[in-house]
Amino acid sequence: MLLALEPLNLMLIIIGVSVGLFIGAMPGLGSVNGVAILLPVTFLVPPSGAIIFLAAIYYGAMYGGAVSSITLGIPGASTAVATTFDGRPLARQGRASLALVTAAIASFIGGSVANILFTAFAPLLASVALSFGPPEVFALMLLAFATFVGLGGDDIPKTIFSICFGLVIGAVGFDEISGAPRLVLFDINGFLQGIGFLVLAIGVYGIGEMLWTIEQTRGEVTKTTPKMTVKGMAADTKEAAKRGWKGTTIGSFLGFFVGILPAAGATPGSLMSFGVAKMLSRTPDEFGKGSPDGVAAPEAANNSASTGSMLPMLTLGIPGSPTTAILLGGMVIWGLTPGPRLFVDEQEFVWGLIGSFYISNAAALLINLAFIPLFIWMLRMPFTILAPMIFVLSIAGGFAATRDMFDVWLMVIFGIGAFFLRKFDYPLAPAVLAIVLGPIAEPTLRQSLLLSSGDPSIFFTRPIAGPITVVALILIFLPLFKYLRRRKAQAAG
Amino acid sequence: MRLGEIVTAGVLAILSIYLMWKSTELPVGYIAGEGPGGGAWPFWLSAIMLLSCGMIALNWWRGTSPPSQSDEPMLDGYGWRMLALVGGGIIGFVALVNIISMYGAIAVFLLYYTRALGRHPWTLVLPLSLLTPIALFFFFEGAMTITMPTGMPFMDPIFDIGYEIIY
Repeated sequence: MLLALEPLNLMLIIIGVSVGLFIGAMPGLGSVNGVAILLPVTFLVPPSGAIIFLAAIYYGAMYGGAVSSITLGIPGASTAVATTFDGRPLARQGRASLALVTAAIASFIGGSVANILFTAFAPLLASVALSFGPPEVFALMLLAFATFVGLGGDDIPKTIFSICFGLVIGAVGFDEISGAPRLVLFDINGFLQGIGFLVLAIGVYGIGEMLWTIEQTRGEVTKTTPKMTVKGMAADTKEAAKRGWKGTTIGSFLGFFVGILPAAGATPGSLMSFGVAKMLSRTPDEFGKGSPDGVAAPEAANNSASTGSMLPMLTLGIPGSPTTAILLGGMVIWGLTPGPRLFVDEQEFVWGLIGSFYISNAAALLINLAFIPLFIWMLRMPFTILAPMIFVLSIAGGFAATRDMFDVWLMVIFGIGAFFLRKFDYPLAPAVLAIVLGPIAEPTLRQSLLLSSGDPSIFFTRPIAGPITVVALILIFLPLFKYLRRRKAQAAG
Repeated sequence: MRLGEIVTAGVLAILSIYLMWKSTELPVGYIAGEGPGGGAWPFWLSAIMLLSCGMIALNWWRGTSPPSQSDEPMLDGYGWRMLALVGGGIIGFVALVNIISMYGAIAVFLLYYTRALGRHPWTLVLPLSLLTPIALFFFFEGAMTITMPTGMPFMDPIFDIGYEIIY
């Protein structure tokens, strides 16, 4: 802890969090970009300072992801997709400050809970995470997909179509197991590299959503975001605490648990937290229309999961997310070997790093709150300036993420397609989330079926996978039963 | 809207069939000792997509979904005009990237949108259209070390000035 309080490390935390916040807020750029780009800079400072700096960027970027989701309606990273469901509606109602304050506080609490759990139970939780094999991870993915059905609204066939479309799009490129080209659509070579999450997300949210807004509002935005005042922020903090505590609690614990699982990470954590918060809410109908709980749950979860994903990396040497994979690479370069011995051989480093999580989390909250008036000011721009700026950031940010003009054209096609699909009530969020989880779900399904020689009962007979699969199936079929019952009642009445 | 709903479902059904057919380029069944074939995952998911399209068509026929009950046009005159002006502007923006660079295309797009569609005064349009790409140039090329498309060779002298400042 004292290591984290050294002046150099404190300065690195403040710079790291600030840089991370702005990188995370930029559509197309996330913590992976920030950590990867600034990795060479860390060779200028001692290894402990370097990892603290990168962890601070990671924290800042996780906070920043919510900013673009709420203010622009574009989830800059997959971890912030669920934040758009309620964050964007709040911003459109002129309550962006409430959404941003809720996100900041929930992120802080999520991060703090995760830090405490990390400090207290690191070795124990690492062994639990190790017991998750392919069937358990697939069951978990199934549970995440089950929550999609609830996210999609009333039209079940359209929701199922959207989920499957996202999963199929995620399968374009190469078959990961055999290495053979797969679904090279219309034999265009550009599809060989696959279709990334950002291509679909920026297309749907950055272009499609904006076209939809312009068409619906006839180019005139009716709600004006009020000026940010200290009194207003205090009132928002009070409201965030009152209306977002349940989502924050669910997200903090569920996010951490999902985060520690290798190959899972913050995206399924945030999505599942949103789904569970909606299921347990007394007012589930408010979700998706601007509920603070709907912002708090995914935000608490993605921060909590980010800390959680550090756990398998430090204790087992297994990265839980792309960002922790880069951090792992950095640690190896600095001569540190992640794994069970790290806690014995490098105690000062490990506890210094954990201490920096606490300080980074607090610094991220304060810096984020300080910048909220700036983000609000941005929303007060005339819509005919804000809209082209969003298009510009979407295209430039999209190119920055993929470095390929083919992907930029795909974004435009997805954007225009999303506009028309939205006209006919197709829910698009499930497709965006499916494209993220598909590449995790498919290999684990195939590995599981290979383990069981094609017998699907493997998902029901294992002690951890079994209950998760059963819960997932109940969640999948529950809306279908409700739908059929309603249809029957309509036919009778 | 009613006609649009069934046409959309039809187009999506054709897409699903195409994806099913394309998936069969790899095995779609279970291979002993290897597990499910590489095409199995997309094939069966596309089959579910096709089934969903059938259900959407059934709901349309029964008139249970909101779009299938609506007699309103999918887009009115304003909607089509907006789509042509804004959507066309975005397509033009992307098409210009390989000619006048990403930053040049940003400047032209901002100029077009804020002046032609937003009707803002030149005193706002010009600084915004010029300063935004310059700021983005230093952010991407300088701070993030991400190289954006520089367009055709006639743009090189402009970029040389920028790179000289950065390096």
